[in-house]
Amino acid sequence: MEISFTVNGTSQSVEVADENTPLLWVIRDVLDLKGTKFGCGKAACGACTLLVDGEAVRSCSYPVKFAIGKKITTIEGLGTQDNPHPVQQAWIDEVVPQCGYCQPGFMMATAALLNKVPNPTDDDIDENIINICRCGTYYRMRKAIHKAAKLRAESEMNISEKV
Amino acid sequence: MKLKTIYTLLAISTVGLMLALGKSPNVSSYVVLNMPESKMIESEEAYGQMMDVLTHQRCMNCHPNDNIPKQGDDRHAHYFGLARGKDDTGFEATNCTTCHQSENNDYSGVPGAPHWSLAPASMGWEGLTRTEIAERLLDKSTNGNRSHEELVEHMTEDELVLWAWTPGVDANGEPRELPPVSKDKFKKAVKSWFENGAVVPTK
Repeated sequence: MEISFTVNGTSQSVEVADENTPLLWVIRDVLDLKGTKFGCGKAACGACTLLVDGEAVRSCSYPVKFAIGKKITTIEGLGTQDNPHPVQQAWIDEVVPQCGYCQPGFMMATAALLNKVPNPTDDDIDENIINICRCGTYYRMRKAIHKAAKLRAESEMNISEKV
Repeated sequence: MKLKTIYTLLAISTVGLMLALGKSPNVSSYVVLNMPESKMIESEEAYGQMMDVLTHQRCMNCHPNDNIPKQGDDRHAHYFGLARGKDDTGFEATNCTTCHQSENNDYSGVPGAPHWSLAPASMGWEGLTRTEIAERLLDKSTNGNRSHEELVEHMTEDELVLWAWTPGVDANGEPRELPPVSKDKFKKAVKSWFENGAVVPTK
């Protein structure tokens, strides 16, 4: 079965034997985008979080057939090295990762949160950022999320001033 | 002459009153005339079957009274602090569809069905008696302003309701427990109970 969708702004078509193959494995093994991680395989830890049409999705539990015609964003498409996304910049500034394995999932979940709640409170963060980090980087992540919100707001202000 | 007439009428009234009192019906002798006994038994059986399903964890887990969805056959609180949110589907960026899709996922064991969500808070059943559940079910102020016909349709045709009989496997690959009444029997019971007036037996 051929599945077509857009990944990080590029149209992609992949052939899959099983339409219920988790999107995660198509992203990692077929499209070779290794930033999205496999953690638990039960939609519990959030390491595999990516965006489908702007919504955070646990890709280990998302059949690829549901992605047909949709826009997928992975950590590789969030920003670039020269122009990082506010979430990526905040993560760098706050030196959030320890081992780093779970961080792409947290960053994608945070990007989704800021799209919905541009200036999240601690309660908003507690409710929406529920991934699991075995290194316990939660405190630094919280700081980074608040910083990302600030960077994002500044970035939007700069854009509107230029326009 | 006048006095004699009055005495006579008084005497007749007294005798009549005494006769009436002697044959006065008591509460236990009342008979419900608008529902034959066979129909009443049928209605009570249907009610029992319907309630066996509504109080089963496949239904009850998404009808909480504390805004926290429940999971599993042991009805534990949903992991990761998930809760009702503003529209019964969780929070802004992390909600039901972050993990639950429109069908079960046998690879991950995550259940799914169309419009996966909690029942509205007004339809919280957790911890209620069967009678209290029936009252919430029938009360338009708590049931989403549904008529009896609309309730029958919702309970016998809604894909999320009927998911209870195709709940898939859990994270360990074990099949989830089914409600104690088959889907066909449940549908018949719901229709029968409403056709017989949706009488709550204990009332």
